[in-house]
Amino acid sequence: MRHVISILIENEAGALSRVVGLFSQRGYNIESLTVAPTDDPTLSRCTILTTGDSDEAEQITKQLHKLVCILRVSALNEEKNGSQERELVLIKLPTPNRNVREDIKSLSDIFGAKIIDVSPETYTLQYVGSSEEVDTFCETVFKMSDVLEVVRSGVLGIARGNHYMHS
Amino acid sequence: MDKLCGAAQLIRALEELEVTEIFGYPGATVVDIYDELLNSQKIHHTLARHEQGAVHEADGYARASGRVGVALVTSGPGATNTVTALATAYGDSIPLVLISGQVSTSMIGTDAFQEVDTMGVTRPVVKYSFLCKKPEDIVPNIRKAFFIASTGRKGPVVVDIPKNCQSRSYLFDYEPSSDMHLRSYNPTVYGHKGQVNRAAEELCKAARPVVMAGGGIVQGAAGPMLESLVARLNLPVVSTLMGIGAYPCNDRRYIGMMGMHGLYEANETMHHSDLVFAVGTRFADRATNNVRKFCPEAKIIHIDVDPASISKTVHADIPIVGDAAAVLGQINSKLEELKAQPHPEIGKWWEQIAAWQDKKCLSYTEKEGIIRPQRVIETLYRLLEGRGAIITTDVGQHQMFAAQYYRFPGRRNFLSSGGLGTMGFGLPAAVGAQKALPERLVVTVTGDGSFQMNLQELSVARKYNMPLKIVILDNSVLGMVRQFQSVFYQGRYAATYLDCNPDFVKIAEAYDCVGIRVTEQNKLEEGLKQALEVQDRPVIVDVVTDTDTKVLPWQRADGSMIDMLLNTDLSQ
Repeated sequence: MRHVISILIENEAGALSRVVGLFSQRGYNIESLTVAPTDDPTLSRCTILTTGDSDEAEQITKQLHKLVCILRVSALNEEKNGSQERELVLIKLPTPNRNVREDIKSLSDIFGAKIIDVSPETYTLQYVGSSEEVDTFCETVFKMSDVLEVVRSGVLGIARGNHYMHS
Repeated sequence: MDKLCGAAQLIRALEELEVTEIFGYPGATVVDIYDELLNSQKIHHTLARHEQGAVHEADGYARASGRVGVALVTSGPGATNTVTALATAYGDSIPLVLISGQVSTSMIGTDAFQEVDTMGVTRPVVKYSFLCKKPEDIVPNIRKAFFIASTGRKGPVVVDIPKNCQSRSYLFDYEPSSDMHLRSYNPTVYGHKGQVNRAAEELCKAARPVVMAGGGIVQGAAGPMLESLVARLNLPVVSTLMGIGAYPCNDRRYIGMMGMHGLYEANETMHHSDLVFAVGTRFADRATNNVRKFCPEAKIIHIDVDPASISKTVHADIPIVGDAAAVLGQINSKLEELKAQPHPEIGKWWEQIAAWQDKKCLSYTEKEGIIRPQRVIETLYRLLEGRGAIITTDVGQHQMFAAQYYRFPGRRNFLSSGGLGTMGFGLPAAVGAQKALPERLVVTVTGDGSFQMNLQELSVARKYNMPLKIVILDNSVLGMVRQFQSVFYQGRYAATYLDCNPDFVKIAEAYDCVGIRVTEQNKLEEGLKQALEVQDRPVIVDVVTDTDTKVLPWQRADGSMIDMLLNTDLSQ
C-alpha cells in the first residue's frame, strides 16, 4: 500500500541523512522524497512517498517521530478530511519537424501543460498534477514522441480542510 | 563575563553538568581539550588503553551509577574505535556522551589526516549527534547532548568538535546555562489516564497474571513502584536479561529470567498467563522467541517510554507510553482507589507455578575430574551473598550461567551487554563501575574467548589499584557457538576451539596483577576466597571448566516460549 508521510524537520546539518538512514536501516522503501525550507527558515518540510502494509507504515511514523530532529509527522493518506497531492514533471523532447512540434503543442494544450523551453531541436514540457495524472501525461507523451529526458519532482502533499501541520 | 577558548568552555560546561569522571584516549585533535582538563579540579580523567575500552568504561560507569557516562577520543581511528561500544550502549539504552575531536573545519571533506565522517559513521548507533561548526556551538551542544542522553529512552550522544573550535587563539564569552527546551524533542512522562485506568482494571481481573520486567525499570528507577504493585496484587515476576535485578531476585515472587535461556518456570508462566504486564522492555527476539506463538492466551499491557517500541514486534492490547516510574505510580494510585486485592484465584496460579519450579531446570550432575561452569557461579554467589557485589559479564555461555545461577538482590548489580551482545564488554565495564563506586566489590565473570577482547584494560585497573575479581570460565572453546554446532551441526566444530590460549595466570602477572588457577573442584572455593582477599590490585581467577556443558534450558528457534530443550533432553 502507498503511504504519503509529511514531516516538519529541523533545518540543520545531517537532519535529512537521519531520515534517509532510518529508511535504509530498517529496510523501508522510499519511492520519492521532497524537501525544502518552510516559511520558518529553521524548519524544513519533507514529503516522503513509501510503500508497505499498515503495521509497517505505523512503525515508520513512530520511528520518524522518535528522531530528535523531527518536530511533526503525519501520514497524509490517514487524514480524515483527505489530502491533496501534487507532482511536477519536466520532459525534454526532440522536435525534428513541424508535425511533431504541432502535435506536442496541441497535446500540451489539452493537458494544460506548458512548454517552458524551446530550441530549434527540442521542446521542454512542464506539467503539474496528482501522481496519477502525471503518470497519464507521461505515458501519452511517450507514445507520441521520443523523449530525451524526464525529471519528476516527487510528491508534495497537504491535508484538506482546516487540518494543518503547525510548528 | 569571562572570555574563554572553546576547549576551556567545554570543560567548564562539563563541570557545571557535574561531570567528575571522563574516560578517554588523547590524539592530535583533542590536545587542547586535554590541556584544559589539566586545569580542572573537579574532573578526573581515566586513560583507557583503547578507545573501545574508554567508551565501555563510560558505559559501565553509567550502568553502575545511573549517571551520564562521558568519554573523550580523538578523530579518525579514535572515533571509529568507539563504534562497537556506542552500539552496545545504544542497544541497552545507556546514557552516555562521547566527545570526539575532528579535523579543523577548513579541512573537513579533504580526506585530511585522521579525518573520518564521525557523524556519518556513528549515526545508526547513537540516539543523536552534533557537529560543532563554530566555537560558540560547543557549550549549547554539550548541554543538549546531556539532556538528550539522560531523558526519555536513554542512549549515547556524540558531540564532534573540530580542532580549530577548541583553540586558544579565539576567546569568547561563556554563555550561562538556562532552562533546556528542544521543540522537536519532548519525551512523554505520564501515561494516558484512560489507558492507565484500563490497565489497573485488567490487573484486578486477571487470574493468571505475570509481570515482565525489562531494563527500563532499572533505567527509569521504577523499582520501588513495581515492588509495591507486585506486593499489593501478589503477582509473579519474570525478567528479561536486561531486567535482571529490576525486581529483587531473592524475593519469593521472582520466578526468574525468561527467554532463550530463561528458566523453565519463567517461560511456562509467561506462556500460560492470561495477562502480561510488561514494563520497560522492547520484546526483543531473545526474550519472546517466535512472536506469533508468544503467550497465546494473554492480553498484553505494555508500558514503555519509547512509543516506537510498543507493538513493534508483539501487539499491545493496552499500550501506555510514559516513564516507567511515573506510569507505575499512576497505576498504583488507581489500584489504591479501587482498593484492589489479589485475584481470588491467584493462589491456584501460584500452585501451578510452584509445580513448574519443582522441575528444577537448573539442576545438573557433577562430572568426574572437571569443574562444571554452573558450580563456579553458584560458589561465587554463596561467597558474595549479602555483599552487594556488582557483576559484569562478557557474552557467551558464562553470561547466561551468571544470569541463571546468581540471584541478584537489586538494581544495577548485573552489568551485561544484552541487546548487542558485545564480547569484550565485561572488563572495561567493571573498570567503569569501580570508578563510579570505589567502595563496592566488582566482579567480572568472563570466558576465555571474551576476555581476550579488551584485556588491555587490565592496565587501567592495575594503575588505579582496583581490586577487581576477574573470574574466567575457561573451557578452551567458544562455548555458545560450540553448543549450537554440537546440537544442530552434528558436532562439526568450525572455528570454536581456542587453540593456543595464553596462560591467563602469566597474563595477570605480566600486568602486575594476581593470577590464580583452579583446576579441581575441591580447590574452587579456596581459589575464589583467596581472590576476594586481594585488596590492592586486580585478580584473575582462571577456572578450568568443562568443555561440553551446555546452557539449558534452551528455546528451540521459531518456537513458542515453552519449546525448550531441558537438562532431561540433552546429555551433558
